[in-house]
Amino acid sequence: MTEHIVTSYDDELKALAVKLTHMGGHAEKLLNDSIVALQTHDQDLAVRTIEADEIVDRLEEEVEEQAILMIAKRQPMAVDLREIVAAIKISSDLERIGDMAKNIAKRAVAVQSETGAQKSIVGIDHMSRLAAMQLKDVLDAYSQRDLEKAMLVWNRDSELDSMYTSIFRELLTYMMEDPRNITFSTHLLFAAKNIERVGDHATNIAETIYYLTKGEPLREQRPKDDASSFTSADFPQTDD
Amino acid sequence: MNDAATAEKPVSTSTIIIDDPNMNPIRVAAKNTRVFYGQKQALFDVSIDIPERSVTAFIGPSGCGKSTFLRCINRMNDTIDSCRVEGEITLDGRDIYDSSLDVVELRARVGMVFQKPNPFPKSIYENVSYGPKIHGLARGKAEIDAIVESSLRKAGLWEEVKDRLDDPGTGLSGGQQQRLCIARAIAVSPEVILMDEPCSALDPIATAKVEELIDELKENYCIIIVTHSMQQAARVSQRTAFFHLGILVEVGPTEHIFTNPKDQRTHDYITGRFG
Repeated sequence: MTEHIVTSYDDELKALAVKLTHMGGHAEKLLNDSIVALQTHDQDLAVRTIEADEIVDRLEEEVEEQAILMIAKRQPMAVDLREIVAAIKISSDLERIGDMAKNIAKRAVAVQSETGAQKSIVGIDHMSRLAAMQLKDVLDAYSQRDLEKAMLVWNRDSELDSMYTSIFRELLTYMMEDPRNITFSTHLLFAAKNIERVGDHATNIAETIYYLTKGEPLREQRPKDDASSFTSADFPQTDD
Repeated sequence: MNDAATAEKPVSTSTIIIDDPNMNPIRVAAKNTRVFYGQKQALFDVSIDIPERSVTAFIGPSGCGKSTFLRCINRMNDTIDSCRVEGEITLDGRDIYDSSLDVVELRARVGMVFQKPNPFPKSIYENVSYGPKIHGLARGKAEIDAIVESSLRKAGLWEEVKDRLDDPGTGLSGGQQQRLCIARAIAVSPEVILMDEPCSALDPIATAKVEELIDELKENYCIIIVTHSMQQAARVSQRTAFFHLGILVEVGPTEHIFTNPKDQRTHDYITGRFG
């Protein structure tokens, strides 16, 4: 794209995108660390992750501040305006992802003394790897303005949804088997829910990239596969 | 201001037209309008439909032909000897360059407001009453008084000047003078009001008042405004036309032109990438 007549305008737009990429990197790291902390019972890492969420929050404020200042100062039009609005929207998605990671890290602290959780953590591990990939891909799509890649992320979210549904059923089974499983199962369930939400935010970002490049909102319905809201607990039948 | 283009003949003179299903009926229509200043061609095959009861903004860099085209609509270009207009412009379906058409009557139906406020060196009252008088639109003082008052009210100036109608119009502030010129234009009940950068000599407050006025006037008139302020075009108009090097590049609903223009030149201009 040709550059603006006012070069400082270009500099500001670039700085905004760089800050957002920076923020995306932090959110990715938070997510990965929180999962590792959950799997390895690494309390130090969990605590560090909880604290590091602060950085993402602060970056969101900075992105927002810069964006608002640019709107006031430059009266951006067309793609420039979309660029700035997209930065605001994406930064708020990333901030939420940071919160999700923070919440997972908190649960990592809470379940660290529970031992029975290992087998169901396998499912969560798989799910979190997919979520981390979704986040990475959508951030790449943003920095490369790659609409195709963004749409792949958008379409792939249903996989995360169905994984979440199966983990939901699995954990429900453990809880029904033995009430002592309820504490860690509940924590893991929330962790899984958080990961699923990360996927949703990744698709939000994909939709923002669509708007940014095409100039109009994505109006299609996203394929969804989260059936957990409709899943009831089938208690084992007793004979008496 | 005269945006006489000095462009060479461009390769393509086609226009991207973005349709608007909610567009009002057409009041002014141009078909393949070409304008020459001597040997120089200033406008290339401009075709555009301009709806009634709405504001259409013409934007584009200096010398792109937007003012030239605006001045075709009330045949102001007739006053320039070397200027030649070809093609067809119709007002309510009638060709305004038809030889049987009375230019004076045309200019009563198509009023104009200029960049610099240019009240007559007469009283406020006479500035507004002059048009209705010479066009014989009113009989007797009472009728003229009524026209003066209603025009000044429509222009949002009545409350500020009602106690000093006999003061010279040139004694008003710039913003008031411009609104006086708008009152003078609407006093002859035009159908179309052409505005050639009506706010560029005004401060932000006076600009806001004129914009507020344009917003009200669009309920009854077809308004065409040439402006260098893209924000102004975005604020006041329903349709926007972008001119470049004598070509009408793109025309469509204002929100479309400013959020998602189709032509690269439009895009580069409104985002401040050339101009």
